[in-house]
Amino acid sequence: MSALRLARLIRRVGRIAEPALPAPLPITLPAPLPADPPTDPPTDGRALPSELPSELRGSVQVRHVDAGSCNGCEIEVGAAFGPVYDAERYGARLVASPRHADAVLVTGVVTRNMAEPLRRTVEATPRPRVVLAVGDCAVDCGLFARGHAVVGPASSVVDVDLEVRGCPPEPEQIVAALRRVTGR
Amino acid sequence: MIAWLSAVAAVTVQLVVMVAAAPLVVGLARQSRAWVEGRAGAGVLQPWRDLRKLLLKEPVQAEGTRLQVAAPVVLLATSLMVCAQVPLVGTVSLPGLPGDLFVVVSVLLVGTVALAVLGLDSGTAFGGMGSSRHMTIAALVEPTVLVAVFAVSIPAGSSALSQIMNERLAAPSTIASPASLMAVVALGIAVLAETGRLPVDNPATHLELTMVHEAMVLESSGRDLAWVELGSWLRLAALVGLVGNLLVPWGQATTASPGALLVGILTLLAKLALSAVVLGAAEVFLAKVRLFRVPELLAGSFALAFLAVTTSYLVT
Repeated sequence: MSALRLARLIRRVGRIAEPALPAPLPITLPAPLPADPPTDPPTDGRALPSELPSELRGSVQVRHVDAGSCNGCEIEVGAAFGPVYDAERYGARLVASPRHADAVLVTGVVTRNMAEPLRRTVEATPRPRVVLAVGDCAVDCGLFARGHAVVGPASSVVDVDLEVRGCPPEPEQIVAALRRVTGR
Repeated sequence: MIAWLSAVAAVTVQLVVMVAAAPLVVGLARQSRAWVEGRAGAGVLQPWRDLRKLLLKEPVQAEGTRLQVAAPVVLLATSLMVCAQVPLVGTVSLPGLPGDLFVVVSVLLVGTVALAVLGLDSGTAFGGMGSSRHMTIAALVEPTVLVAVFAVSIPAGSSALSQIMNERLAAPSTIASPASLMAVVALGIAVLAETGRLPVDNPATHLELTMVHEAMVLESSGRDLAWVELGSWLRLAALVGLVGNLLVPWGQATTASPGALLVGILTLLAKLALSAVVLGAAEVFLAKVRLFRVPELLAGSFALAFLAVTTSYLVT
């Protein structure tokens, strides 16, 4: 695309970011599904905003770990950081290294091959850190519960602080979870 | 003694202004990029928020090495040194601190080497790859910077940056001379390469294979990362400010009086803000060039700088 055409496109499109919602919204967690009795220890880490580290106010670098996802959540995470939902305006940014990160965003059910890498990624993240489980699979194995290659939900491998339900969750929900961490 | 004290005051003011403004320059560049992309953007203050948070975090450091801690501090120190030497707020320079071009370029190189050592020390494949690329680019950029500033220094008859600025203020016709324009364009390209901006390096990349600057700092965290970030931002702001001042020298304080310094600060901030907005918006239109084509780009800028030197002897 020539620079001129690109300039015209930029002029025509203008701002496509959705208007910002008011304050950080509390996530509405739907009641856990009665089916599938949880075989893993229950998550006790559903943090209230006051329990989230205050050092991360205003700026959260996010390392995304796909622990065995179907890529549905990845599309939604991508959309959350895209121009329309623009999670960056609330101070969240995706980074390439867990060393730079403050939050580890886990999608997908934890498969046997990814259990150790996930544990190491969280260990490599400097404290204070937050772990977000995004999508039904990461929260309670979702569709893939009791699969032969499945270790369990993210909380069976690492401590999870925030959960976002949905299969896949909407970008707005992911943004809302991130906003609870950044407080913006 | 009074002259010395006022020079110290002027340089201190310049340092404070640069440390305060450098993250804002990066923030403004990211924000203007976001505007062009149709995003809302994180706000101009975001780099400051990032720095604050990084300083509050516990760094994760490998055992048995001090370089992870030392190299970022060296980089920050060299960047502060460059900010003190380069005429930004004003052309008042410390008598003991040479604002000579060659010294500035060598101080920059010390920072470059510190960063490369940091990349090697992390012991990962990506870190070493980033360091090797960084040094390749540095080897191509440094001669260009030297030759370009040499071309600019010929009319002034001195390689001290403050004298070059004074000469440009006294004789504005030298700014628009072909030699000076070519030299400034060459210097501009070199500055983009040196500070890891597009089209040489993409500061927002997530793909390790294409990283240069980012690959070297992949293993740094917490305050180590904060020093690296602040050091690179200061370097960017100082070099962009230098190019801005070479093109538009007016407004710089030539004395250390408070009024002149205030005018100097305001014009410097205006120049930095304008350059940041242009830089951010222009980067939307640029793609990163293939690594093997970076030498072509830099050879082009070297050729421009070399032509500038020749023309300044031929066309006087």
